[in-house]
Amino acid sequence: MIEFKQAVKTFRLGKREVTAVNDVSLSVAQGEIFGIIGFSGAGKSTLLRLVNMLERPTTGSIQVQGVDLATLSQKDLRKLRRRIGMIFQNFNLFSSRTVAGNVAYPLKLAGGAKKEVTERVAELLDFVGLSDKANDYPEQLSGGQKQRVGIARALATSPDILICDEATSALDPDTTADILRLLKKVNKELGITILLITHEMHVIQEICDRVAVMEDGEVIETGTVFDTFTNPQHSTTQRFIQSVQQDRPSDALLKEWRSKGGRKLYRVIFKGEVASDPVLSRLTQKYGVNFNIVYGSIRELQEKFFGNLLVSFDGEEESVNLLIAALKETVEIEEVEVHES
Amino acid sequence: MKVDWTTFWPRIVESTGETVLMVIATLIFGSILGISIGLLLYVTRKGNILEKQWVFQTLNMLINIIRPIPFIIFLVALSPITRAVVGSTIGTWAAIFPMTIAASFGIARIVENNLVGIDPGVVEAAKAMGASPFQIIFTVLIPEALGPLILGLTFVTISLIDFSAMAGTVGGGGLGHVAMTYGYQRFDGSVMLVTVVILIVLVQVAQWLGNTLSRKVMRR
Repeated sequence: MIEFKQAVKTFRLGKREVTAVNDVSLSVAQGEIFGIIGFSGAGKSTLLRLVNMLERPTTGSIQVQGVDLATLSQKDLRKLRRRIGMIFQNFNLFSSRTVAGNVAYPLKLAGGAKKEVTERVAELLDFVGLSDKANDYPEQLSGGQKQRVGIARALATSPDILICDEATSALDPDTTADILRLLKKVNKELGITILLITHEMHVIQEICDRVAVMEDGEVIETGTVFDTFTNPQHSTTQRFIQSVQQDRPSDALLKEWRSKGGRKLYRVIFKGEVASDPVLSRLTQKYGVNFNIVYGSIRELQEKFFGNLLVSFDGEEESVNLLIAALKETVEIEEVEVHES
Repeated sequence: MKVDWTTFWPRIVESTGETVLMVIATLIFGSILGISIGLLLYVTRKGNILEKQWVFQTLNMLINIIRPIPFIIFLVALSPITRAVVGSTIGTWAAIFPMTIAASFGIARIVENNLVGIDPGVVEAAKAMGASPFQIIFTVLIPEALGPLILGLTFVTISLIDFSAMAGTVGGGGLGHVAMTYGYQRFDGSVMLVTVVILIVLVQVAQWLGNTLSRKVMRR
């Protein structure tokens, strides 16, 4: 659907050359919600704008639905842009037009007949739940409502792709959840492929199928959201994940645990099916070891269980070692280090 | 010799008509020219939708050269061109020509300033929806800047009333001419008073119209 091939984008800032996107190769499949996460300045916003050529790549290529964008004339490019809806962090609504006028705008650009435009606008406003606001002006709306208008406007020309530039970053948590539900509905009901960028890991966790992590213009990790959350490879990815799920207590608490004679802590990770098997209790009984869950959680991630527990074992050292070896066959287990700082 | 008010009123009415004609005609021609130059200045700016450095630099310099010239000097300096275009350097239309040229460059700057104030995100959104540069100008830039633009044009209108008085001194006619010849040169305080009152009323009406219109456009 969308294919980045060794895409590079450099900007000239005075005499300095800045590489915003550095050799990115990515492919987004039809029908999925693909998230790109990175801290600000990671280049994700530039990367997103390569998809509809608001920015042109310095080298490399971008293909959308098999068409290399560099080969398009200005006219064909404008046509293609109607197949790619875009929503923005600051909504970018036209303040001189009503809600209905904003949604109608792309249809008018495409040369729609007046009657069809009116019907389509009503349909779209109904889809985003703003039928009663048709004649209001953007300044009369709340942030969440503005983004709904933005979504309706982006969907007006029935695009195949929706690209979202930090679409929820200016919204409060409740409204963010509303907008994410709406995006999920856009994806599921209309079958629109979504490519979004964000700096918030919970957005990825909430709606994305796959994720790419960006740092300094490069994609440092790509994978399904489940794999990335359960087995992050890169330290930046780990930081993002810790922002949504604290997977260990604070070092202060861990030190206190140790100084009070607490035993070694092990992290046990369950994924998917394993979470329904009482493996911990079964094996500890077998080896005659008691276990104590000190910290952790079992949560749902992409409609699968994901457990992350800190456990201590009470028993003969040899038994504990045998137990850990046995556990390693079904779950992931590792000793938790306590940082002495 | 003081004027005879029983016969002088028609003269006042005629002059008021000339002033209003000069201002309105200049406003129309000046707006067409000024808005075009202002838009050109904006879209050819660095990083904008029709970036053309040399066009921007040339226009920018031209505006900066013409705007500081005091209008009364500009009026005289332009008179050869005025004669070539209008056919005369005396009369109402001979005043409208230099007024239009001077006003255009002022309006161009006001238009540019108002356009710069538009959120670039809105332009980006229109681009992302497949709008051409031409469509962006007429369906985004102008509608989005219209409210402040009307206030800017109101400001220009009031300066034009001022310009028209100066044009009067070089034979352009109008209230300025009457005030100068009867009120100032013949020391007739009553003529001065009447013309000043009429000018104040004209300014008030222009300001009120501008405010009402812009409020309507901006819905505030």
